[in-house]
Amino acid sequence: MRYLPHIDSDRKAMLEAIGVASIDDLFTDVPEAARLKGLVDLPLQQGELAVERAMSAMAAKNVSAGSVPFFVGAGAYRHHIPATVDHLIQRSEFLTAYTPYQPEISQGTLQTLFEFQTQVALLTGMDVANASMYDGSTACAEAVMMAARVTKRNKAIMAGTVHPHYVEASKTLAKYSDVEIAVTQPAVGGLDELIAAIDETTACVVVQTPDIFGQLHDLRAISEVAHAKGALVIAVFTETVSLGLVEAPGDMGADIAVGEGQSIGVGLNFGGPYVGLFACKNERNFIRQMPGRLAGETIDADGRRGYVLTLSTREQHIRREKATSNICTNAGLCSLAFTIHMTLLGEAGLRTLARLNHETACELADRLGAIEGVEVLNSSFFNEFTLRLPKPAAGVVEELARIGVLGGVPASRLYPGQFEDLLLVTATETNTESDMIVFEKALRGVL
Amino acid sequence: MTTRYTEDHEWITVAGDVATVGITVHAAEQLGDVVFVELPDVGKALAKGDEFAVVESVKAASEVYAPIAGEIVAVNSALDDAPATVNEDAAGAGWFVKIKMSDASQLDGLMDEAAYNAHIA
Repeated sequence: MRYLPHIDSDRKAMLEAIGVASIDDLFTDVPEAARLKGLVDLPLQQGELAVERAMSAMAAKNVSAGSVPFFVGAGAYRHHIPATVDHLIQRSEFLTAYTPYQPEISQGTLQTLFEFQTQVALLTGMDVANASMYDGSTACAEAVMMAARVTKRNKAIMAGTVHPHYVEASKTLAKYSDVEIAVTQPAVGGLDELIAAIDETTACVVVQTPDIFGQLHDLRAISEVAHAKGALVIAVFTETVSLGLVEAPGDMGADIAVGEGQSIGVGLNFGGPYVGLFACKNERNFIRQMPGRLAGETIDADGRRGYVLTLSTREQHIRREKATSNICTNAGLCSLAFTIHMTLLGEAGLRTLARLNHETACELADRLGAIEGVEVLNSSFFNEFTLRLPKPAAGVVEELARIGVLGGVPASRLYPGQFEDLLLVTATETNTESDMIVFEKALRGVL
Repeated sequence: MTTRYTEDHEWITVAGDVATVGITVHAAEQLGDVVFVELPDVGKALAKGDEFAVVESVKAASEVYAPIAGEIVAVNSALDDAPATVNEDAAGAGWFVKIKMSDASQLDGLMDEAAYNAHIA
Protein backbone atom coordinates (compact mmCIF):
# COMPACT_ATOMS: atom_id res chain seq x y z
CA MET A 1 0.00 0.00 0.00
CA ARG A 2 1.27 3.42 -0.90
CA TYR A 3 1.59 6.08 1.76
CA LEU A 4 0.52 9.45 0.39
CA PRO A 5 1.04 12.24 2.90
CA HIS A 6 -1.42 14.66 1.23
CA ILE A 7 -5.13 14.52 1.88
CA ASP A 8 -7.78 15.98 -0.46
CA SER A 9 -8.00 19.29 1.38
CA ASP A 10 -4.18 19.70 1.05
CA ARG A 11 -4.41 19.08 -2.67
CA LYS A 12 -7.33 21.49 -3.02
CA ALA A 13 -5.39 24.21 -1.18
CA MET A 14 -2.32 23.70 -3.40
CA LEU A 15 -4.37 23.75 -6.60
CA GLU A 16 -6.12 26.92 -5.46
CA ALA A 17 -2.79 28.57 -4.65
CA ILE A 18 -1.51 28.04 -8.19
CA GLY A 19 -4.86 28.79 -9.77
CA VAL A 20 -5.90 25.56 -11.44
CA ALA A 21 -9.05 23.52 -10.93
CA SER A 22 -7.70 19.98 -11.07
CA ILE A 23 -4.45 18.03 -11.28
CA ASP A 24 -5.26 17.15 -14.90
CA ASP A 25 -5.06 20.86 -15.75
CA LEU A 26 -1.31 20.67 -15.05
CA PHE A 27 -0.90 18.29 -17.99
CA THR A 28 -2.70 20.29 -20.67
CA ASP A 29 0.63 20.91 -22.44
CA VAL A 30 0.98 17.18 -23.06
CA PRO A 31 -1.01 16.20 -26.19
CA GLU A 32 -4.03 14.02 -25.43
CA ALA A 33 -2.66 11.23 -27.62
CA ALA A 34 0.55 11.05 -25.59
CA ARG A 35 -1.22 10.61 -22.26
CA LEU A 36 -1.55 7.22 -20.70
CA LYS A 37 -5.06 6.01 -20.01
CA GLY A 38 -5.23 3.19 -17.50
CA LEU A 39 -2.48 0.68 -16.90
CA VAL A 40 0.29 -0.35 -19.29
CA ASP A 41 -0.47 -3.69 -20.93
CA LEU A 42 1.76 -5.95 -18.84
CA PRO A 43 1.13 -9.24 -17.06
CA LEU A 44 0.47 -8.64 -13.37
CA GLN A 45 3.09 -11.18 -12.34
CA GLN A 46 5.69 -13.48 -13.90
CA GLY A 47 8.42 -15.75 -12.56
CA GLU A 48 11.99 -14.44 -12.51
CA LEU A 49 13.06 -16.73 -15.36
CA ALA A 50 10.17 -15.62 -17.58
CA VAL A 51 10.95 -11.96 -16.90
CA GLU A 52 14.61 -12.52 -17.75
CA ARG A 53 13.65 -14.20 -21.06
CA ALA A 54 11.21 -11.45 -21.97
CA MET A 55 13.71 -8.68 -21.17
CA SER A 56 16.54 -10.43 -23.06
CA ALA A 57 14.31 -10.81 -26.11
CA MET A 58 13.47 -7.11 -25.93
CA ALA A 59 17.13 -6.11 -25.48
CA ALA A 60 18.10 -8.24 -28.49
CA LYS A 61 16.14 -5.85 -30.70
CA ASN A 62 18.86 -3.24 -30.10
CA VAL A 63 21.96 -3.09 -32.24
CA SER A 64 24.51 -2.19 -29.59
CA ALA A 65 27.63 -0.15 -30.20
CA GLY A 66 30.00 -2.91 -29.19
CA SER A 67 28.42 -5.62 -31.35
CA VAL A 68 28.83 -4.16 -34.85
CA PRO A 69 31.14 -1.83 -36.81
CA PHE A 70 30.24 1.48 -35.16
CA PHE A 71 30.91 4.93 -36.63
CA VAL A 72 28.48 7.12 -34.70
CA GLY A 73 29.67 10.29 -32.97
CA ALA A 74 28.14 13.78 -33.15
CA GLY A 75 28.56 14.50 -29.44
CA ALA A 76 28.91 11.04 -27.89
CA TYR A 77 31.92 8.89 -28.68
CA ARG A 78 32.79 5.26 -28.20
CA HIS A 79 36.23 4.80 -26.69
CA HIS A 80 37.98 1.99 -24.91
CA ILE A 81 37.76 2.43 -21.15
CA PRO A 82 40.27 0.42 -19.10
CA ALA A 83 38.70 -2.02 -16.64
CA THR A 84 40.59 -0.25 -13.85
CA VAL A 85 38.23 2.74 -14.15
CA ASP A 86 35.08 0.76 -13.39
CA HIS A 87 36.83 -1.17 -10.67
CA LEU A 88 38.01 1.95 -8.85
CA ILE A 89 34.82 4.00 -9.12
CA GLN A 90 32.92 1.10 -7.58
CA ARG A 91 34.86 1.33 -4.34
CA SER A 92 32.16 2.03 -1.76
CA GLU A 93 33.96 5.14 -0.45
CA PHE A 94 33.33 6.74 -3.84
CA LEU A 95 30.20 5.01 -5.07
CA THR A 96 27.83 5.18 -2.11
CA ALA A 97 28.63 8.53 -0.55
CA TYR A 98 26.22 11.26 -1.53
CA THR A 99 27.54 14.84 -1.77
CA PRO A 100 30.35 14.07 0.67
CA TYR A 101 31.98 17.47 0.84
CA GLN A 102 32.70 17.98 4.53
CA PRO A 103 36.48 18.39 4.58
CA GLU A 104 36.73 16.63 7.95
CA ILE A 105 35.71 13.30 6.44
CA SER A 106 36.04 13.65 2.68
CA GLN A 107 39.65 14.40 1.82
CA GLY A 108 39.70 11.60 -0.77
CA THR A 109 36.70 12.88 -2.70
CA LEU A 110 37.84 16.48 -2.49
CA GLN A 111 41.31 15.56 -3.68
CA THR A 112 39.95 13.73 -6.73
CA LEU A 113 37.80 16.76 -7.55
CA PHE A 114 40.85 19.01 -7.23
CA GLU A 115 42.82 16.73 -9.52
CA PHE A 116 39.92 16.61 -11.99
CA GLN A 117 39.90 20.42 -12.06
CA THR A 118 43.66 20.48 -12.59
CA GLN A 119 43.36 18.07 -15.52
CA VAL A 120 40.54 20.07 -17.12
CA ALA A 121 42.44 23.34 -16.72
CA LEU A 122 45.58 21.83 -18.28
CA LEU A 123 43.63 20.27 -21.17
CA THR A 124 41.82 23.49 -22.02
CA GLY A 125 44.73 25.88 -21.42
CA MET A 126 42.76 27.72 -18.75
CA ASP A 127 43.62 28.96 -15.25
CA VAL A 128 40.72 27.49 -13.33
CA ALA A 129 38.15 24.71 -13.82
CA ASN A 130 35.15 23.77 -11.71
CA ALA A 131 34.27 20.37 -10.27
CA SER A 132 32.11 19.59 -13.37
CA MET A 133 28.64 20.33 -14.69
CA TYR A 134 25.92 17.87 -15.76
CA ASP A 135 27.13 17.55 -19.35
CA GLY A 136 28.58 19.51 -22.26
CA SER A 137 25.31 21.17 -23.18
CA THR A 138 24.56 22.52 -19.70
CA ALA A 139 28.19 23.65 -19.36
CA CYS A 140 27.75 25.57 -22.62
CA ALA A 141 24.50 27.16 -21.45
CA GLU A 142 26.10 28.16 -18.13
CA ALA A 143 29.05 29.71 -19.96
CA VAL A 144 26.68 31.94 -21.96
CA MET A 145 25.01 33.12 -18.75
CA MET A 146 28.39 33.73 -17.11
CA ALA A 147 29.57 35.82 -20.08
CA ALA A 148 26.45 37.95 -19.78
CA ARG A 149 27.18 38.55 -16.06
CA VAL A 150 30.84 39.36 -16.67
CA THR A 151 30.26 41.75 -19.59
CA LYS A 152 26.94 43.11 -18.29
CA ARG A 153 25.65 42.63 -21.85
CA ASN A 154 22.78 40.39 -22.87
CA LYS A 155 23.44 39.36 -26.46
CA ALA A 156 25.08 36.03 -27.22
CA ILE A 157 25.96 34.81 -30.70
CA MET A 158 26.32 31.09 -31.23
CA ALA A 159 27.84 29.57 -34.34
CA GLY A 160 25.35 27.45 -36.28
CA THR A 161 27.99 24.72 -36.15
CA VAL A 162 27.80 24.36 -32.36
CA HIS A 163 26.05 21.05 -31.57
CA PRO A 164 22.32 21.83 -31.98
CA HIS A 165 21.56 20.20 -28.62
CA TYR A 166 23.96 22.64 -26.96
CA VAL A 167 22.22 25.53 -28.70
CA GLU A 168 18.85 24.21 -27.51
CA ALA A 169 20.06 23.82 -23.91
CA SER A 170 21.46 27.37 -23.98
CA LYS A 171 18.22 28.79 -25.36
CA THR A 172 16.23 26.91 -22.73
CA LEU A 173 18.33 28.29 -19.88
CA ALA A 174 18.24 31.79 -21.37
CA LYS A 175 14.48 31.71 -21.92
CA TYR A 176 13.59 33.18 -18.53
CA SER A 177 16.58 35.51 -18.30
CA ASP A 178 17.18 38.68 -20.31
CA VAL A 179 19.88 36.97 -22.39
CA GLU A 180 19.13 36.84 -26.13
CA ILE A 181 20.77 34.18 -28.26
CA ALA A 182 21.32 34.58 -31.99
CA VAL A 183 22.54 31.63 -34.05
CA THR A 184 24.40 31.97 -37.36
CA GLN A 185 23.69 29.78 -40.40
CA PRO A 186 25.18 26.30 -40.05
CA ALA A 187 27.60 25.31 -42.83
CA VAL A 188 30.77 23.27 -43.29
CA GLY A 189 33.33 26.04 -43.42
CA GLY A 190 34.96 28.91 -41.57
CA LEU A 191 33.99 31.55 -39.02
CA ASP A 192 33.61 34.62 -41.25
CA GLU A 193 29.88 35.06 -40.67
CA LEU A 194 30.32 34.67 -36.92
CA ILE A 195 33.17 37.19 -36.79
CA ALA A 196 31.14 39.70 -38.80
CA ALA A 197 28.22 39.41 -36.37
CA ILE A 198 30.22 40.61 -33.33
CA ASP A 199 29.61 44.20 -32.23
CA GLU A 200 29.90 46.43 -29.14
CA THR A 201 26.73 44.96 -27.60
CA THR A 202 27.85 41.33 -27.88
CA ALA A 203 28.38 39.52 -24.57
CA CYS A 204 29.97 36.46 -26.11
CA VAL A 205 30.52 34.39 -29.22
CA VAL A 206 30.22 30.64 -28.88
CA VAL A 207 32.27 28.54 -31.28
CA GLN A 208 32.80 24.80 -31.31
CA THR A 209 36.02 23.12 -32.47
CA PRO A 210 36.01 20.50 -33.85
CA ASP A 211 32.50 21.64 -34.81
CA ILE A 212 29.41 19.48 -35.38
CA PHE A 213 30.58 18.78 -38.95
CA GLY A 214 34.04 17.83 -37.64
CA GLN A 215 35.73 20.95 -39.00
CA LEU A 216 38.54 22.45 -36.86
CA HIS A 217 38.82 26.18 -36.18
CA ASP A 218 41.70 28.43 -35.23
CA LEU A 219 40.23 30.73 -32.59
CA ARG A 220 42.88 33.45 -32.77
CA ALA A 221 41.19 35.72 -35.32
CA ILE A 222 37.77 35.55 -33.70
CA SER A 223 39.28 36.11 -30.24
CA GLU A 224 41.05 39.23 -31.44
CA VAL A 225 37.86 40.71 -32.91
CA ALA A 226 35.72 39.72 -29.93
CA HIS A 227 38.14 41.15 -27.38
CA ALA A 228 38.47 44.41 -29.31
CA LYS A 229 34.69 44.79 -28.97
CA GLY A 230 34.57 43.76 -25.32
CA ALA A 231 32.99 40.35 -25.95
CA LEU A 232 34.11 37.02 -24.51
CA VAL A 233 34.94 33.93 -26.55
CA ILE A 234 33.43 30.64 -25.40
CA ALA A 235 35.09 27.61 -26.94
CA VAL A 236 33.05 24.41 -27.05
CA PHE A 237 34.26 20.88 -27.67
CA THR A 238 32.24 17.66 -27.72
CA GLU A 239 35.24 15.34 -28.08
CA THR A 240 37.72 15.71 -25.21
CA VAL A 241 40.21 13.37 -26.90
CA SER A 242 40.73 16.03 -29.58
CA LEU A 243 42.52 18.16 -26.96
CA GLY A 244 45.34 15.62 -27.04
CA LEU A 245 46.24 16.82 -30.53
CA VAL A 246 44.54 20.16 -31.17
CA GLU A 247 45.84 23.37 -29.60
CA ALA A 248 44.12 24.19 -26.29
CA PRO A 249 41.30 26.76 -26.58
CA GLY A 250 42.87 28.91 -23.85
CA ASP A 251 46.09 29.15 -25.84
CA MET A 252 44.11 30.37 -28.87
CA GLY A 253 42.51 33.25 -26.95
CA ALA A 254 39.26 31.75 -25.66
CA ASP A 255 38.06 33.12 -22.30
CA ILE A 256 35.87 30.20 -21.31
CA ALA A 257 36.16 26.59 -22.48
CA VAL A 258 33.31 24.13 -22.05
CA GLY A 259 32.76 20.64 -23.31
CA GLU A 260 31.68 17.09 -22.90
CA GLY A 261 34.01 14.82 -20.91
CA GLN A 262 32.18 11.58 -21.75
CA SER A 263 34.95 10.35 -24.07
CA ILE A 264 37.30 9.90 -21.13
CA GLY A 265 36.27 7.25 -18.63
CA VAL A 266 32.51 7.53 -18.93
CA GLY A 267 31.32 5.58 -21.98
CA LEU A 268 28.17 5.97 -24.11
CA ASN A 269 25.71 5.01 -21.34
CA PHE A 270 22.66 5.36 -23.62
CA GLY A 271 23.25 9.14 -23.67
CA GLY A 272 23.92 9.83 -19.99
CA PRO A 273 24.98 10.37 -17.27
CA TYR A 274 27.83 12.38 -18.76
CA VAL A 275 30.20 14.97 -17.34
CA GLY A 276 30.39 18.64 -18.32
CA LEU A 277 33.78 20.33 -18.32
CA PHE A 278 33.95 24.05 -17.48
CA ALA A 279 37.11 26.14 -17.33
CA CYS A 280 37.99 29.81 -17.66
CA LYS A 281 40.78 32.35 -17.43
CA ASN A 282 41.51 34.07 -14.12
CA GLU A 283 40.70 37.56 -15.34
CA ARG A 284 38.60 40.39 -13.95
CA ASN A 285 35.78 38.89 -11.88
CA PHE A 286 35.60 35.63 -13.87
CA ILE A 287 35.98 33.25 -10.94
CA ARG A 288 33.31 34.97 -8.85
CA GLN A 289 30.92 34.72 -11.79
CA MET A 290 31.73 31.09 -12.50
CA PRO A 291 29.01 28.48 -11.92
CA GLY A 292 29.48 25.24 -10.04
CA ARG A 293 31.52 23.76 -7.25
CA LEU A 294 35.20 24.52 -6.78
CA ALA A 295 37.51 22.33 -4.71
CA GLY A 296 40.52 24.21 -3.40
CA GLU A 297 43.84 23.19 -1.93
CA THR A 298 44.89 24.68 1.39
CA ILE A 299 46.74 23.81 4.59
CA ASP A 300 45.13 22.83 7.88
CA ALA A 301 45.92 24.16 11.37
CA ASP A 302 48.93 21.81 11.57
CA GLY A 303 50.29 22.96 8.23
CA ARG A 304 49.32 19.79 6.37
CA ARG A 305 47.96 19.87 2.83
CA GLY A 306 44.20 19.55 2.65
CA TYR A 307 41.27 20.13 0.31
CA VAL A 308 38.06 22.08 0.86
CA LEU A 309 35.24 23.50 -1.24
CA THR A 310 35.93 27.16 -1.81
CA LEU A 311 34.12 30.32 -2.99
CA SER A 312 30.83 28.65 -2.08
CA THR A 313 29.09 31.97 -1.71
CA ARG A 314 28.53 31.88 -5.48
CA GLU A 315 26.34 28.84 -4.97
CA GLN A 316 22.69 28.15 -4.49
CA HIS A 317 22.78 26.89 -0.90
CA ILE A 318 24.09 30.30 0.17
CA ARG A 319 23.03 32.80 -2.50
CA ARG A 320 19.63 31.24 -3.27
CA GLU A 321 18.12 32.88 -6.36
CA LYS A 322 21.16 35.15 -6.73
CA ALA A 323 23.51 32.18 -7.19
CA THR A 324 25.69 32.06 -10.31
CA SER A 325 23.91 28.86 -11.33
CA ASN A 326 20.89 26.77 -10.53
CA ILE A 327 22.96 23.67 -10.98
CA CYS A 328 23.86 23.03 -7.36
CA THR A 329 25.73 19.78 -7.77
CA ASN A 330 28.30 18.20 -10.05
CA ALA A 331 28.66 14.92 -11.93
CA GLY A 332 30.80 13.47 -9.14
CA LEU A 333 31.12 9.83 -10.11
CA CYS A 334 31.56 10.58 -13.82
CA SER A 335 34.20 13.20 -13.05
CA LEU A 336 35.97 10.60 -10.93
CA ALA A 337 35.88 8.14 -13.85
CA PHE A 338 37.30 10.90 -16.06
CA THR A 339 40.07 11.62 -13.56
CA ILE A 340 41.07 7.97 -13.21
CA HIS A 341 41.08 7.34 -16.97
CA MET A 342 43.01 10.54 -17.65
CA THR A 343 45.53 9.65 -14.93
CA LEU A 344 46.00 6.20 -16.47
CA LEU A 345 46.57 7.76 -19.90
CA GLY A 346 48.91 10.51 -18.76
CA GLU A 347 49.96 13.30 -21.09
CA ALA A 348 51.88 11.04 -23.48
CA GLY A 349 49.09 8.45 -23.49
CA LEU A 350 46.46 11.06 -24.33
CA ARG A 351 48.56 12.31 -27.24
CA THR A 352 49.02 8.76 -28.53
CA LEU A 353 45.29 8.07 -28.19
CA ALA A 354 44.43 11.30 -30.02
CA ARG A 355 46.87 10.53 -32.82
CA LEU A 356 45.43 7.03 -33.18
CA ASN A 357 41.92 8.48 -33.45
CA HIS A 358 42.97 10.95 -36.09
CA GLU A 359 44.91 8.38 -38.12
CA THR A 360 41.97 5.96 -38.06
CA ALA A 361 39.62 8.73 -39.18
CA CYS A 362 42.03 9.72 -41.99
CA GLU A 363 42.08 6.16 -43.26
CA LEU A 364 38.30 5.93 -43.10
CA ALA A 365 37.88 9.25 -44.92
CA ASP A 366 40.22 8.02 -47.67
CA ARG A 367 38.25 4.79 -48.06
CA LEU A 368 34.79 6.36 -48.04
CA GLY A 369 35.79 9.40 -50.07
CA ALA A 370 36.96 7.09 -52.86
CA ILE A 371 33.44 5.71 -53.34
CA GLU A 372 31.75 6.94 -56.52
CA GLY A 373 29.44 9.87 -55.72
CA VAL A 374 30.68 10.30 -52.11
CA GLU A 375 32.52 13.48 -51.13
CA VAL A 376 34.35 14.39 -47.90
CA LEU A 377 33.36 18.03 -47.25
CA ASN A 378 35.89 18.92 -44.54
CA SER A 379 39.11 20.78 -45.18
CA SER A 380 40.20 19.66 -41.69
CA PHE A 381 38.97 17.22 -39.07
CA PHE A 382 40.01 15.33 -35.94
CA ASN A 383 38.13 12.02 -35.69
CA GLU A 384 34.86 12.86 -37.37
CA PHE A 385 33.97 14.32 -40.73
CA THR A 386 31.03 15.00 -43.01
CA LEU A 387 30.22 13.10 -46.19
CA ARG A 388 27.97 14.28 -48.99
CA LEU A 389 26.08 11.25 -50.31
CA PRO A 390 24.28 10.87 -53.63
CA LYS A 391 21.03 10.09 -51.76
CA PRO A 392 19.36 11.04 -48.44
CA ALA A 393 21.59 10.04 -45.52
CA ALA A 394 18.73 9.03 -43.20
CA GLY A 395 17.67 6.21 -45.51
CA VAL A 396 21.28 5.13 -46.02
CA VAL A 397 21.83 4.87 -42.24
CA GLU A 398 18.65 2.75 -41.91
CA GLU A 399 19.78 0.40 -44.65
CA LEU A 400 23.27 0.10 -43.17
CA ALA A 401 21.78 -0.72 -39.75
CA ARG A 402 19.73 -3.49 -41.31
CA ILE A 403 22.92 -5.15 -42.53
CA GLY A 404 24.72 -4.68 -39.22
CA VAL A 405 26.69 -1.44 -39.62
CA LEU A 406 26.03 1.67 -37.53
CA GLY A 407 27.28 4.11 -40.12
CA GLY A 408 26.99 7.56 -38.53
CA VAL A 409 24.44 10.29 -37.88
CA PRO A 410 22.42 11.87 -40.71
CA ALA A 411 22.86 15.65 -40.38
CA SER A 412 19.10 16.03 -40.98
CA ARG A 413 18.53 14.36 -37.61
CA LEU A 414 20.22 17.32 -35.89
CA TYR A 415 18.94 19.91 -38.39
CA PRO A 416 15.44 18.72 -39.36
CA GLY A 417 14.59 19.57 -42.96
CA GLN A 418 18.18 20.53 -43.82
CA PHE A 419 21.34 18.80 -45.06
CA GLU A 420 19.49 15.67 -46.14
CA ASP A 421 22.44 14.36 -48.14
CA LEU A 422 25.01 14.88 -45.36
CA LEU A 423 26.26 12.10 -43.10
CA LEU A 424 28.40 12.69 -39.98
CA VAL A 425 30.90 9.86 -39.59
CA THR A 426 33.25 9.18 -36.66
CA ALA A 427 36.19 6.82 -36.23
CA THR A 428 37.94 6.13 -32.94
CA GLU A 429 40.64 3.79 -31.66
CA THR A 430 37.91 1.16 -31.24
CA ASN A 431 37.48 0.80 -35.01
CA THR A 432 39.57 -1.95 -36.58
CA GLU A 433 40.76 -2.26 -40.15
CA SER A 434 38.10 -4.92 -40.74
CA ASP A 435 35.37 -2.57 -39.37
CA MET A 436 36.38 -0.06 -42.00
CA ILE A 437 36.42 -2.63 -44.79
CA VAL A 438 32.94 -3.82 -43.78
CA PHE A 439 31.64 -0.21 -43.65
CA GLU A 440 33.13 0.67 -47.04
CA LYS A 441 31.65 -2.44 -48.69
CA ALA A 442 28.27 -1.89 -47.05
CA LEU A 443 28.14 1.75 -48.13
CA ARG A 444 29.06 0.84 -51.71
CA GLY A 445 26.28 -1.72 -51.66
CA VAL A 446 23.66 0.66 -50.27
CA LEU A 447 24.38 3.59 -52.57
CA MET B 1 27.47 65.11 10.60
CA THR B 2 24.38 63.05 11.37
CA THR B 3 24.40 59.38 10.53
CA ARG B 4 21.15 57.69 9.62
CA TYR B 5 20.37 53.97 9.46
CA THR B 6 18.14 51.54 7.58
CA GLU B 7 16.40 48.42 8.81
CA ASP B 8 18.64 46.44 6.45
CA HIS B 9 21.72 47.65 8.37
CA GLU B 10 23.12 50.27 6.01
CA TRP B 11 24.38 53.60 7.35
CA ILE B 12 24.29 56.87 5.46
CA THR B 13 25.90 60.28 6.08
CA VAL B 14 25.25 63.33 3.97
CA ALA B 15 27.51 66.21 2.88
CA GLY B 16 25.79 68.63 0.53
CA ASP B 17 23.86 66.50 -1.96
CA VAL B 18 26.25 63.55 -1.75
CA ALA B 19 25.60 60.66 0.64
CA THR B 20 28.19 58.14 1.79
CA VAL B 21 26.83 54.63 2.41
CA GLY B 22 28.24 51.59 4.17
CA ILE B 23 27.08 48.70 6.35
CA THR B 24 26.80 49.06 10.11
CA VAL B 25 29.24 47.76 12.72
CA HIS B 26 26.48 45.44 13.88
CA ALA B 27 26.07 44.04 10.32
CA ALA B 28 29.82 43.54 9.93
CA GLU B 29 29.96 41.71 13.27
CA GLN B 30 27.08 39.45 12.27
CA LEU B 31 28.68 38.62 8.90
CA GLY B 32 32.04 37.67 10.34
CA ASP B 33 35.25 38.02 8.35
CA VAL B 34 34.45 39.86 5.14
CA VAL B 35 36.38 38.36 2.21
CA PHE B 36 34.93 40.20 -0.77
CA VAL B 37 32.81 43.21 -1.59
CA GLU B 38 31.25 43.45 -5.03
CA LEU B 39 30.79 47.14 -5.80
CA PRO B 40 28.74 48.75 -8.58
CA ASP B 41 30.07 50.84 -11.49
CA VAL B 42 30.34 54.60 -11.05
CA GLY B 43 27.48 56.26 -12.92
CA LYS B 44 24.90 53.62 -12.07
CA ALA B 45 21.47 55.06 -11.26
CA LEU B 46 19.70 53.69 -8.19
CA ALA B 47 16.15 53.83 -6.91
CA LYS B 48 15.63 53.69 -3.16
CA GLY B 49 15.78 50.05 -2.12
CA ASP B 50 17.78 48.86 -5.15
CA GLU B 51 20.44 46.26 -4.51
CA PHE B 52 23.78 47.89 -5.34
CA ALA B 53 26.49 45.76 -3.73
CA VAL B 54 27.14 42.30 -2.35
CA VAL B 55 29.21 41.70 0.75
CA GLU B 56 30.64 38.26 1.16
CA SER B 57 32.01 36.76 4.36
CA VAL B 58 33.39 33.32 5.07
CA LYS B 59 29.93 32.14 5.98
CA ALA B 60 27.43 34.20 4.02
CA ALA B 61 26.81 36.61 1.21
CA SER B 62 24.40 39.51 1.60
CA GLU B 63 23.00 42.13 -0.67
CA VAL B 64 23.34 45.80 0.23
CA TYR B 65 20.42 48.11 -0.63
CA ALA B 66 20.32 51.78 -1.53
CA PRO B 67 18.88 53.81 1.40
CA ILE B 68 18.08 56.65 -1.02
CA ALA B 69 17.71 57.21 -4.77
CA GLY B 70 20.50 58.76 -6.81
CA GLU B 71 23.57 58.12 -8.90
CA ILE B 72 26.79 56.39 -7.83
CA VAL B 73 29.55 59.00 -7.98
CA ALA B 74 32.33 57.05 -6.21
CA VAL B 75 33.06 53.54 -4.95
CA ASN B 76 35.56 52.50 -2.28
CA SER B 77 37.87 50.47 -4.51
CA ALA B 78 40.32 50.08 -1.61
CA LEU B 79 37.96 47.29 -0.47
CA ASP B 80 39.00 45.19 -3.50
CA ASP B 81 42.39 44.52 -1.94
CA ALA B 82 41.43 44.97 1.70
CA PRO B 83 37.87 43.71 2.27
CA ALA B 84 38.67 43.24 5.98
CA THR B 85 38.48 47.03 6.33
CA VAL B 86 34.72 46.47 6.57
CA ASN B 87 35.28 44.55 9.82
CA GLU B 88 37.95 46.91 11.15
CA ASP B 89 36.16 50.19 10.47
CA ALA B 90 32.65 49.61 9.14
CA ALA B 91 31.48 53.12 9.94
CA GLY B 92 34.54 54.86 8.49
CA ALA B 93 37.21 53.56 6.09
CA GLY B 94 34.93 50.62 5.29
CA TRP B 95 32.41 52.77 3.36
CA PHE B 96 31.01 51.29 0.14
CA VAL B 97 29.78 54.04 -2.20
CA LYS B 98 28.98 57.72 -2.53
CA ILE B 99 25.58 58.54 -4.01
CA LYS B 100 24.53 61.88 -5.50
CA MET B 101 21.03 62.10 -4.10
CA SER B 102 18.08 62.82 -6.37
CA ASP B 103 15.57 63.28 -3.52
CA ALA B 104 16.98 64.31 -0.15
CA SER B 105 13.52 64.11 1.45
CA GLN B 106 13.88 60.32 1.39
CA LEU B 107 16.31 60.75 4.32
CA ASP B 108 13.39 61.61 6.56
CA GLY B 109 12.17 58.02 6.63
CA LEU B 110 15.47 56.66 8.00
CA MET B 111 16.37 55.90 11.63
CA ASP B 112 18.67 57.92 13.85
CA GLU B 113 21.28 56.21 16.02
CA ALA B 114 18.99 55.75 19.02
CA ALA B 115 16.25 54.23 16.86
CA TYR B 116 18.73 51.91 15.15
CA ASN B 117 20.18 50.77 18.48
CA ALA B 118 16.66 49.97 19.60
CA HIS B 119 16.08 48.14 16.29
CA ILE B 120 19.04 45.80 16.82
CA ALA B 121 18.65 45.39 20.55
